[in-house]
Amino acid sequence: MNKEATKTQPKKTINGAEALIKCLENFGVEYIWGLSGGAAIPIFDALVGSKIKLILTRHEQGATHMADGYARVTGKPGVVLVTSGPGATNTVTGILTAMMDSVPIIVLTGQTITSMLGKDAFQEADISGITMPVVKHSYLVKNTNDIPRIIKEAWHICQTGRPGPVLVDLPKDITSAPFSGESLDPEMDIPGYKKDTPSPYKADIIKMAKLFHGRKKPLLLVGHGAVLSRAGAAIKKLAEKLGSPVTNTLLGKGEFPETHPLSLGMLGMHGTAYANKALINCDLILSIGSRWDDRINGNNNEFCVNAKKLHIDVDFSEINKIVKPDAWVVGQAREVVEELVKLVEPLDTADWLKEMEYYKKEFPLKYSKNNGLTAQQVIDTCYKVTQGKAIVATDVGQHQMWAAQFYLSDKGNYWLSSGGAGTMGYGFPAAVGAQFAHPHDLVVAIVGDGGFQMTLYELATVFVHKLPVKVLIIDNKYLGMVRQWQELFFDNRLSGVDLEGNPDFVKLAESYHIKGFHMNKPEHCESVMQEAMNYKGPCVIHAEVIKEDNVFPMIPAGKSAFHMIIENPTAKMEKPTGST
Amino acid sequence: MEKLPLHTISVLVANKPGVLVRIALVFARRGYNIDSLVVSPTVNPKFSRMTITAKGDLETLEQIIKNVNKLIDVIHCGEHPANTVEKELALFKTKATPAVKTFVTKNARKFHVRIDDASQGCYIIEQTGTTTELDAFEALIKKYGMLEMVRTGKVLITRGREET
Repeated sequence: MNKEATKTQPKKTINGAEALIKCLENFGVEYIWGLSGGAAIPIFDALVGSKIKLILTRHEQGATHMADGYARVTGKPGVVLVTSGPGATNTVTGILTAMMDSVPIIVLTGQTITSMLGKDAFQEADISGITMPVVKHSYLVKNTNDIPRIIKEAWHICQTGRPGPVLVDLPKDITSAPFSGESLDPEMDIPGYKKDTPSPYKADIIKMAKLFHGRKKPLLLVGHGAVLSRAGAAIKKLAEKLGSPVTNTLLGKGEFPETHPLSLGMLGMHGTAYANKALINCDLILSIGSRWDDRINGNNNEFCVNAKKLHIDVDFSEINKIVKPDAWVVGQAREVVEELVKLVEPLDTADWLKEMEYYKKEFPLKYSKNNGLTAQQVIDTCYKVTQGKAIVATDVGQHQMWAAQFYLSDKGNYWLSSGGAGTMGYGFPAAVGAQFAHPHDLVVAIVGDGGFQMTLYELATVFVHKLPVKVLIIDNKYLGMVRQWQELFFDNRLSGVDLEGNPDFVKLAESYHIKGFHMNKPEHCESVMQEAMNYKGPCVIHAEVIKEDNVFPMIPAGKSAFHMIIENPTAKMEKPTGST
Repeated sequence: MEKLPLHTISVLVANKPGVLVRIALVFARRGYNIDSLVVSPTVNPKFSRMTITAKGDLETLEQIIKNVNKLIDVIHCGEHPANTVEKELALFKTKATPAVKTFVTKNARKFHVRIDDASQGCYIIEQTGTTTELDAFEALIKKYGMLEMVRTGKVLITRGREET
């Protein structure tokens, strides 16, 4: 080669995959969770020597939940990389989970070469088609030089406005081909994405503020939107200025501290009795980033009939979807609440707060230690031993509701749970993702014996990366929430809920080189919990609890808060009309 | 069966792959039946215009419009403004009988119809007009023995300076 030729080739050519990884590096991506495969080999190849740490999971679902957990605690997008076909379809549950809970993740999937698309090539799946209803946006990349623009758009779209998952499908020939684009930081081309972060209209906020005037029984409802926009400080100001009690959804936990005297804890189907009493009796309810989910509303016709309903949401399509609000503002929760605080006057709520105190005394959350070890005691003990400071990820079911009731949160992004999708198997890998983000903090996964067995293979990931995650398994040898429904509403005809054949979870942990603890008696609970939480390194705590316990309070699906039951009913109950 | 109101929805979209599927999913999920759908280029080659007519209740329509607007590749979606010119085109195939010919000739002005083709004993009649006019002519020509029919679906554009 002569000297002239080297001059005209100032830089080494890179391929599409390398361009992709460079873009992600430039965005500051720390981790990629994934599992390799044929169509994704060029991308995995580009990760060799990259600043980004590749975390090899044992299943693609685990990768998506880890990215989700990471995203929830940091607010930064979590990135997943998998191969085509089954690798891609295994991410669908994780994508749905992120979509339903508005979590920013980017899923990169390998794909067969473009000339074979639609020809049933080996490991071909139309993943952008399959996932279309459960993504915020998706791309099938057809040109190598488009990669930087598409990744930049994906990065922007997934975390602005109402966050959500974005999928990028990358055919192997596209990632292998040389990249000849001009820039790794090109202009975005998304003229339709004008509504990324709308500024709230002042007039809407003024109208909303006026409705507070003269109200005596206000209630603030804090949802996930408040957590996502970090509205906690503003909400605290608002609540204290108004003298208003505050309740939260499952995903809104912690943004307003649950230890605050004005907090009523979680409301809804398995919310506290006092939060639900407040819901029935309030004369004004302000939803801050909650979408009036059916776990809260139950029966819409009977929902807060005597109250002015106010709604703050970043997503215009949530307005009028379930509840017809008397006033609404479209915007980031924090921005709106900060403005609203300035416009409202303190309310005369002394009687209302007294009423709340009465309900708190009359209907406290409680459990007994006399009939064996209960999930409530285990979680309550975990709360006390960790002084409420742990990052908690839960799975889905009875233990999730008990954790929401007994593990009070004081920080919004320290509580991770699959709310909208109700994905069993979420909790443990989500905790792993959170631990990657906060390697020195205490992270506890509270899981059931059912859900844990759906993603337990990630114990290997925990071992390999020496993550000190604590996995607290609430083992009642049942799919307990369904068993509870069958007991209460289906004449105790148990069908498909008995988890006969559970493994010995301590031995299981040990086979993954992870320390196991065991407890099955109320009197041992605290000492075992102490030991486990102080243990340096990952561990599994197997808590065998009484088998047939029910979560109360409970509002049957499709009913309003009027129909809340506080203890095991003695009379037979009719089948619920609401969805699940 | 309950009669649901018919709506005309105009959608301005970026010319990106899959945009039609994304829009169709929003309708299908909420039980809206699309009666007609026209995709056409706009002055700006980066964008396309979709004109959709669909049946369903107003409350669901509000949700559909909001959710279509949420799609990244949609620039704007709305129920069509009242002040518009709207047209549709239809082709009807009938047997080539003198009675049809007389009927079409007689109604040429009233219904904006004409015979485009006469071959192998068949006429193809073309009509351009409002959806109501097309419906009316369709009912009449049916009596003469209609063999086939195809309609384009409604297109519309706002009058004056306002953008559709």
